[in-house]
Amino acid sequence: MRFSGLRVLKEGLTGNKGWGPHWRDPEPKAEYDIVIIGGGGHGLSTAYYLAREHGLKNIAVLEKGYIGGGNVGRNTTIVRANYFLPGNSEFYSHSLKLWEGLEEDLNYNVMHSQRGLINLFHSDGQRDAFARRGNAMINQGDDAILLSREGVRKHLPYLDFDNVRFPIYGGLYHPRGGTARHDAVAWGYARGASDRGVDIIQNCEVTGIDREGGRVTGVQTSRGGIRAKKVAIVVAGRSGQVAAMAGMRLPIESHVLQAFVTEGLKPVIDHVISFGMGHFYISQSDKGGLVFGGDLDMYASYAQRGNLPLVEHVMEAGMTLMPMIGKARVLRSWGGIMDMTPDGSPIIDKTDIDGLYIDCGWCYGGFKAVPASGNCFAHLVATDRPHPAAERFRLDRFRTGNGLMDEEGTGSQHNLH
Amino acid sequence: MRLTCPICGERDRREFYYKGDAVAEHRPDPDAGEAAWDDYVHLRDNPAGVTRDLWYHEMGCNAWVVVTRNTLTHEVIETRLATGGGA
Repeated sequence: MRFSGLRVLKEGLTGNKGWGPHWRDPEPKAEYDIVIIGGGGHGLSTAYYLAREHGLKNIAVLEKGYIGGGNVGRNTTIVRANYFLPGNSEFYSHSLKLWEGLEEDLNYNVMHSQRGLINLFHSDGQRDAFARRGNAMINQGDDAILLSREGVRKHLPYLDFDNVRFPIYGGLYHPRGGTARHDAVAWGYARGASDRGVDIIQNCEVTGIDREGGRVTGVQTSRGGIRAKKVAIVVAGRSGQVAAMAGMRLPIESHVLQAFVTEGLKPVIDHVISFGMGHFYISQSDKGGLVFGGDLDMYASYAQRGNLPLVEHVMEAGMTLMPMIGKARVLRSWGGIMDMTPDGSPIIDKTDIDGLYIDCGWCYGGFKAVPASGNCFAHLVATDRPHPAAERFRLDRFRTGNGLMDEEGTGSQHNLH
Repeated sequence: MRLTCPICGERDRREFYYKGDAVAEHRPDPDAGEAAWDDYVHLRDNPAGVTRDLWYHEMGCNAWVVVTRNTLTHEVIETRLATGGGA
């Protein structure tokens, strides 16, 4: 089933009776060449690129819950390539390019909207740091424009520029940054993978990883055992538990990050705005809700909900930056489980067990990485060699100290990111 | 979430700085080797359920507190002073 303008018109005129499910709902087979644990955005895109770019067919994606029910449906939908350090820089650049071709590639409207992202700065030192970051982005081949205070005012006239503590000095503008419809990304990849022969198996929780003589042989699940030549773990906040099934401990601590959405309003915020000093960022969804969030609650948690002190902090930061949103009513809030690494950067690597691969450590930035994470992880699983855009995402960088990617410059330690 | 400091009593979570897993109670010997130190500094059990972590009562009495709590429910099960409670 392909989407087209003609098809939409025809279905509209004939009562929309021709639409079917977007992906198959198969029973698990006894054996696959590749089993992917985790049917989130990253797992689905991994399956999609394994099938599309590497011609592999005998693949299953095992999802504990339902497609779209994990972090891919619990984020703030921001897509950007404004990283500074080698490793991150080329990876997110690769990801943004995949985003830009994603809708045509998937034949699916993921509502990718390159509305521009503006990171605000509030001091001369911060301006220097952002100028340097912008240069790194340009060197990577991406786009960055350093805006003066008046330049920011042209885009965002409603900000409080004269805040006593954080007066706005300017901003780093990343025009190709923006947002996408998170659910549609999951559905589009699921449909694309399923159409290419991948079995997407929902309500199938992995309970064990089978090994023989240092080699992975399959998985145990709530729907029985499944043999596999290769097993790929892509389970975000649950990485620690799943890796433990293979006797591994990971450099990961799972934390809660909260986000919020208001009632639908008329268009008022055209960009994605980040106010780093207040740990606050905001955009407006196409439905009209203001979608915003802040920093981690800063303690290990799997609760998928946070605590009130952080709620208060985020609201205060929002009111500090743009007092005009004060009358908007918050509709709901939620929390996601973030797989935090000590240096704040991800891992896409083999493990010490033959045939077992892991993709994790996306911290609070996994959504924008969905296309490239799947693309690079698929490359690793299919060829046993890292994709050039992700070759620095090594699992052993913490043990060796070589190649740490501490984007915030706060230190490679668990409680600092 | 509120934490009970063994010295000050029940306090707002904001008075405390979160250090992380209470691994510091079992710090390896300086010459324990690379694997032991990698394990100590980086690798974590990261349990979904009962965990023990270290909190510093920064806005209060400056005590280090070992908190036993549930990461799935945020229930705080027990708190005790880190000093003298190790090993």
